Amino acid sequence: MDKFRMIFQFFQSNQESFMNGICGIMALASTQMYSAFDFNCPCLPHYNLAYGLGILLVPPFILFLLGFVLNNNISMLAEEWRRPQGQRGKDPSVLRYMFCSMAQRAMIAPAVWVSVTLLDGKCITCAFCTSVPVETLGNASHPRLSQGEIERVLARIPCKEIYSGQQLIANEVAVRYLRCISQALGWCFVLLMTTLAFLVRSLRPCFSQAAFLKSRYWSHYIDIERKLFDETCAEHARSFAKVCIQQFFEGMSTDLVAARCHLPRKASADAGEAAEKLLGITDQSTMNMALKSWHRCKPPLHLHPPALPTGNGWGGERQSPMHPSVPRRETAAYYSWV
Amino acid sequence: MDRFRMIFQYFQSNSESVMNGICGLLALASVKMYTSFDFSCPCLPQYNVAYGLGIMFVPPIILFLCGLILNRQSLVMLEEWRRPAGRRKKDLAVIRYMCSSIVQRAMVAPVVWIIVTLLDGKCLICAFSGSVDPEKFVGFANVSTVLTAQQLLAKVPCKDDELMKNNTSRKAVSRYLRCWSQALGWSILLILIIAAFLARWLRPCFNQATLLQARHWSNYIDIEQKTFEETCCEHSRLFAHKCILHFFESMQQEIKLHSFSLPREGEEAEGDLLRGITDQDQVNKLLTRWYNEKPPLDVS
Repeated sequence: MDKFRMIFQFFQSNQESFMNGICGIMALASTQMYSAFDFNCPCLPHYNLAYGLGILLVPPFILFLLGFVLNNNISMLAEEWRRPQGQRGKDPSVLRYMFCSMAQRAMIAPAVWVSVTLLDGKCITCAFCTSVPVETLGNASHPRLSQGEIERVLARIPCKEIYSGQQLIANEVAVRYLRCISQALGWCFVLLMTTLAFLVRSLRPCFSQAAFLKSRYWSHYIDIERKLFDETCAEHARSFAKVCIQQFFEGMSTDLVAARCHLPRKASADAGEAAEKLLGITDQSTMNMALKSWHRCKPPLHLHPPALPTGNGWGGERQSPMHPSVPRRETAAYYSWV
Repeated sequence: MDRFRMIFQYFQSNSESVMNGICGLLALASVKMYTSFDFSCPCLPQYNVAYGLGIMFVPPIILFLCGLILNRQSLVMLEEWRRPAGRRKKDLAVIRYMCSSIVQRAMVAPVVWIIVTLLDGKCLICAFSGSVDPEKFVGFANVSTVLTAQQLLAKVPCKDDELMKNNTSRKAVSRYLRCWSQALGWSILLILIIAAFLARWLRPCFNQATLLQARHWSNYIDIEQKTFEETCCEHSRLFAHKCILHFFESMQQEIKLHSFSLPREGEEAEGDLLRGITDQDQVNKLLTRWYNEKPPLDVS
């Protein structure tokens, strides 16, 4: 548990490391998905190709899109792309940098799926079993069958239990041949991807290092600015809500006082904080009324400036004389005394 | 648990140690890859050699490139190599030192793969079963079936082939090739270890001072780059903070210009946080303005 937490903290401390962590998890998930998937070749002439190539190419596409969806920087990129120019110019190189780094990370899980599929060999065996060169690998002396017949027989190569063409071409020979081709393709694919990654990574310092430093700085800046703005807004919303609710209770309390014609009870100096916190509501029916009022008629989103907490007690104190009377009347009109 | 944390911290604290850690992980990954890879020799005359040697040499190239990609120092070295000289001279000895240490670390995983492959023997049996002299083995000399001796020998790696089941000559060829393969594997391992031993022991005899200097400055370049990145992050955080504060202040001023609210007496903590924005419309205006017109990147 502690070990897990430490690894989690390591990844969280650095945003890029976090994204790399997600990337690694998706790659592992991709291998796990492949091993859990129950591959079932249809063993019919035209369906084999569709099934085999479908399993080879459709899940990588899904994983690629998932890689974008799980990356929370995608909304940042979209925002930066679509925002109006305003007083701040837009730098296309920053957008390109963000898109490239996201696309590179999203490519890893699909590449892992394709590699694992090719190295395993089942997909290619299923897809291309009808194209096996029977003349070189099989029995040339076999009585001639029509093309369609041969295709039907060959299509059953992946399904050993129903394969009936042992005289035409041995099942093991065909499977070994197809698997060899598949694994060769797989290793070549992995080599190609690794070489591309190496070139992309190593050619950058040779050509555009200054531009790269600039784009990286400003893309981090945009991310940090967005997070700080969200934090500031959350802080503001908290204070807004606090003052709004305090003003609501204050309004309730003064209305109660006005309705009951009670003499305003000054909170005594030694009444303590508890009395202040009661906000002038001290019995069950009043509380129920306050709750009903809160539900039926929420106060407007408009704070009265002088009514910000001054630290004095409640207890029905009148509003300060500087307070403009118009908003006060507005507030009073908002809820009925039921 | 404590031990694990200590090991983790040790690796993190020193970037060379991090590189060694990655190197070790890649070597383990190489062994795991080999054991989970389903080796299946095609058992056909021309394809065997290509397959066997391909499996022996292509994954090491991939592992070598991975070792270079995953090593952060390779980027640092490339940047140092390609930067304009400016006011700081470039020291080629430092670059050479960095290059050699990167290459040495990247070579570990490929070498592990090759040695594991040779010690296991399947690749060499697959690749060279067709090149064995058929006269040496009873079952393959004077072959009279439809298949030639070559084709028959090519089937040796496939134990389950109908022609090869319970064939003692097949086992003989297989043992012979495996013996060669393992001998080669152990020899390579011995040579590499002796070379590493000599290199490490004899290094202090040659240019020790230059080596110390090169190592110091390569560490320095690495640390300088990391510190620069951290400073940039810190700077962009402060920049963003200032920018947002300026934005709120400018909104506040605009509100003061347009409304007639009287100045508040005494600033309270909540008031500070509200920054003069106390109304739904004002908040909406602020958010719209933030989207439509982000403030300029200028906090002077």
